[in-house]
Amino acid sequence: MTAPAVAGSIRRRLLVMLIGSAGLLAVLLYFVVQNVARQVAQQSQDNILSASALSVIDSARTVDGELTVDLPYAALSMLDSVTDERVFYTIRFGEEVLTGYADLPRVTAAGAEATHLSAQYLGEEIRIAAVARPFSTDLGRELLEVSVAQTLSGQRESLARSSRLALSVGAGFFALTAILALLIARATVRPFERLTASISRRGPTDLRPVTAPVPQEMAPLVASLNGFMNRLEASLNRSEEFIAEAAHRVRTPLAVVRTKAEIIQHNVKRQENKAAIAEMIAAIDESSRTAGQLLDHAMVSFRLDRLAQEEVDLRALMVATVDRLRPMADIADILLETGVADAASVKGDPILLQNALQNLIDNAIKYSPAGTAITVALEQEADGARLCVTDQGPGLPTEAQTSLTERFVRGANAAGIIGSGLGLTIVEEVITAHGGILELSNTTGGGACASLFFPSA
Amino acid sequence: MRQFVLSLCLICWGSLTTAFEIEDQARFGPAEAATTLNILSTTDTAIFAPMIESYLAITPDTAIAYTVASSTDVAGAVIDGDERFDLVISSAMDLQIKLANDGYARPHISAVTRALPEWARWNDMVFAFTQEPAAIVLSDTAFAGLTMPRSREELISLLRRHPDRFAGKVGTYDLRISGLGYLFATQESRVSETYWRLTQVMGGLNARLYCCSSQMIDDVASGDLAVAYNVLGSYALQREGEENVHILFPSDFTALMLRTVLIPQTATAPDAAGAFLDHMVGQAHSGGNGPFGIDRWLGQSDAAALRRIDLGPGLLVYLDRLKRAAFETEWTNAILQQ
Repeated sequence: MTAPAVAGSIRRRLLVMLIGSAGLLAVLLYFVVQNVARQVAQQSQDNILSASALSVIDSARTVDGELTVDLPYAALSMLDSVTDERVFYTIRFGEEVLTGYADLPRVTAAGAEATHLSAQYLGEEIRIAAVARPFSTDLGRELLEVSVAQTLSGQRESLARSSRLALSVGAGFFALTAILALLIARATVRPFERLTASISRRGPTDLRPVTAPVPQEMAPLVASLNGFMNRLEASLNRSEEFIAEAAHRVRTPLAVVRTKAEIIQHNVKRQENKAAIAEMIAAIDESSRTAGQLLDHAMVSFRLDRLAQEEVDLRALMVATVDRLRPMADIADILLETGVADAASVKGDPILLQNALQNLIDNAIKYSPAGTAITVALEQEADGARLCVTDQGPGLPTEAQTSLTERFVRGANAAGIIGSGLGLTIVEEVITAHGGILELSNTTGGGACASLFFPSA
Repeated sequence: MRQFVLSLCLICWGSLTTAFEIEDQARFGPAEAATTLNILSTTDTAIFAPMIESYLAITPDTAIAYTVASSTDVAGAVIDGDERFDLVISSAMDLQIKLANDGYARPHISAVTRALPEWARWNDMVFAFTQEPAAIVLSDTAFAGLTMPRSREELISLLRRHPDRFAGKVGTYDLRISGLGYLFATQESRVSETYWRLTQVMGGLNARLYCCSSQMIDDVASGDLAVAYNVLGSYALQREGEENVHILFPSDFTALMLRTVLIPQTATAPDAAGAFLDHMVGQAHSGGNGPFGIDRWLGQSDAAALRRIDLGPGLLVYLDRLKRAAFETEWTNAILQQ
């Protein structure tokens, strides 16, 4: 059997696609989480800066027409509560810097709501919040602006933390989806594997359509597979019928030809002509025997398809078959006898079983020299019944005991003996259909032993 | 080496012409040392010398020039930058924070500083190496026949009940000239209103104002003063056991000041400065009650009453021009009562 050409794998393709998209999503998730975290960190820093700036501006009052600002302690200490931060502030009234860091970048505050700005100051990145509120003093009405700024170490720290979190969330997501992808890929491929297994499990002649349910996507494949098997079976049946028909049609004229050849053999006088006709008769015998076995084989195939389940008495079958073949053995000057005959029975087709045993004994007679004996025995063993045909012939060629059961294969030492090579094939098919085993071996004293073993159910 | 001697001369010359007032100058270590560390400090040479010597003992080939000035002058010198120092040690936590906050300090991160507790470092620039409570030193003779007070409340009522005995015999920092006095005063005013009542009472008794802890303690010891309010615990504890010196860590609350060190941005030998900083801070924080231990000045103070002044930008608030002016006005009104 040639291995099919393989291009790619559905499972691998699924895995690559699923894991690839999981990776893409994980990276996306990482950036989304990080971005959200950055906004949250920025927002919370802005909130605390706004609170600080508002607490400063809330401390401003006009006393006797003069503006006083009483910087609250918490306004600056709250900015440092979680992480160490450098803080800066400026308090302006109009254009005049009342106190604080005059060179801090100025943010034009819109009003009560805090305005925020990121900037550089003293070589560090800072975030500024500014609020403004109008105040009237002796000098007139002016805007009081309070800017509070802090460095970003806390924000950086929380970003680093959330970045680590985002990374582990992304990695965890990826790992989880990778595992899921593996499971999904396996589940997807399973119906294919089931179909393959159910077809591989079948016997060599089982060409029934696949009836087990399959996923919708596989239905066309199974339908065409069933159609294919259907056609194959039909074509097999046709050729079996054709062979049986051909054998039948050949055998009858061959019998006529053989009779004529024998008559002619009687009438010719010259020795060389006599020999030639003898050769002709041998050839006709071989053809006739092959045709007979082909017919047998067709019959066996037919009966095997619809195997009967009768209770068959193996001892009666053995005795009857030996009795029927004894005249043939006598002609060849071979002693055919029954040995041990235990009582045993098996469920099956008696005609097929008899045919199988007949073939074995036939073979033994054919390959045994004159003056030897063939013993047929039936033994009930611990785990089944064994029908055994032992001869004293040349034995089996050891190198090819298994190939002997293939169609038209004959032993290397079988030259000169009439045979088609179909006998053992038929035996094996029958015994296999009955759940038994055909065993071929050589006995220690020379000669072959063929046994049919029927394991007890 | 010639260049080094020359630069040393220049430094000496520079220090002669500098604007800030040098209280003391000393040089430790070999004259021909490869590295010279310039330390600017508010701590008296005699007190800090053992720390310097312990460092020089393990670090040969290093010399240390030690300059003492007042805390305002120390901060001013760093901001000026005319003269370059490698380490700045100050008892004025607020000014040290201000220097660091405004970018005059250089971050220093090492295994030693990483191991420090959170309260002992700020922004990897300012590191605490002592903690010293604010103490009240009382004269035994002046309080003869009276129960020694244990809290501010008790002190207030005693002062009120015996004005004749205590008039002119109460002393405290003039916080217009003493940075440390200002720091203690502002922090106490945050904690409790008692501070203002006590200041009022002291004002009523014609309180005498001082620049420094040691002079106040001297005057208590000599009997000129009955009460020295808010002197440095470290100075007071060194005089403990002397006749007439009774040290009180008030039980209502005791402000705990941190003496800190930083490396200025202009340091010429920042690596050596870092090594010295690690040595002194490491000695302090692993020393407990030992000679350099950070807890050695806690004395008999009540741990529950101790209120450590946080290193942080909150300290900038009372350095604010407006805030300081307002506070000084209020204080002056209370203490001088003109």
